[in-house]
Amino acid sequence: MANENLKDIHFDILKEIGNIGAGNAATALAQLLNKKIDMNVPKVNILPINEIPKVFGNIEDLVVAVYMQLSGRISGNILFVLGEQDALKLLNMLVGQDIDSLSKLDEMQKSAMVEIGNIITGSYISALSDFIRIPMIPSVPAISIDMLGAVLSTPLTEMYYKGDTALLIETKFMDYKDHFKGHFILIPDPKSIEVMFTALGVNYNGGG
Amino acid sequence: MEVVKVGMADLKIAFSPQILTTLGLGSCVGVVLYDPFIKLGGMAHIMLPSSKQIKNNSNKAKFADTAIDMLVEKMLDAGAVKTRLISKIAGGAQMFSFKGNNEIMKIGERNVRAVKEHLARHSIKLVAEDVEGKYGRTIEFFTETGVLKIRTIGHGYKEL
Repeated sequence: MANENLKDIHFDILKEIGNIGAGNAATALAQLLNKKIDMNVPKVNILPINEIPKVFGNIEDLVVAVYMQLSGRISGNILFVLGEQDALKLLNMLVGQDIDSLSKLDEMQKSAMVEIGNIITGSYISALSDFIRIPMIPSVPAISIDMLGAVLSTPLTEMYYKGDTALLIETKFMDYKDHFKGHFILIPDPKSIEVMFTALGVNYNGGG
Repeated sequence: MEVVKVGMADLKIAFSPQILTTLGLGSCVGVVLYDPFIKLGGMAHIMLPSSKQIKNNSNKAKFADTAIDMLVEKMLDAGAVKTRLISKIAGGAQMFSFKGNNEIMKIGERNVRAVKEHLARHSIKLVAEDVEGKYGRTIEFFTETGVLKIRTIGHGYKEL
């Protein structure tokens, strides 16, 4: 059941899982902002946990992260991470204000940010859940605005309880016109990856 | 001056005039050990309180118990004397607040407690700390002077 047993076919399926979830999430975001939102082909990577922050940028970059934990038969972590400028663009589009610094966000603006994360994550999970026909239960979303490394430390610590490496299904959202982009990452627990493949009728240990 | 970078779940030692640094401590704790007599510093970036709660524990630098043991050993191998060692620590914040009682969110607090416990076990004096709170920290330790500088985003600057 280790991540190391995964073969090409499994990576392809995980990419497809990312595609289905992110496709739905991009549509939700597009409706929310009334803009065209593109997304890239999901990337699936197995990384040592302490190297995960580098996927998002520099350790000291100021970011906004909305974080949820999944529980139930499919458990894991979900992160929606935006750089400072991207978060401000998104927020200004949404609330029609001109906020110029993340450190000046009031409670209202913070909860708007959480709500964006919530909508994106919710649509991702519901598409995924329909596809594999297993209900997925997300926690209440939590937000943190600080240095990338610091923000990610708590979710990464949580992952360390399951292993030294983690499998990331990463999708980038972007709006070319306004140069806005964001990262969405699903990190299923090793055990849940097996549950997903079984639900999809894919042989996991026998070589696909 | 040469800067020695300590990554997440990593530990290193350095002699004067080198600077030890670790970036973006959140719930993690940065532990500095210092032998002022030979100006040797050591730094660990700890993520979890105990190696005993986890099955996959190949990287010993990420736990408070095993990282402090390793760091002390490295310092002594490089010529430090245990009774001269002092310590400064920073980090252990709570970066997210979930509604309800979520144990994983208190990981910062538990890390700080574990670090203090294991420093005490080695009889190493904790001379300064900047811990907990709700914000990230980047730390730099100057082996020449023994000063620990702490930078944050929006929560000020400190020297310990």
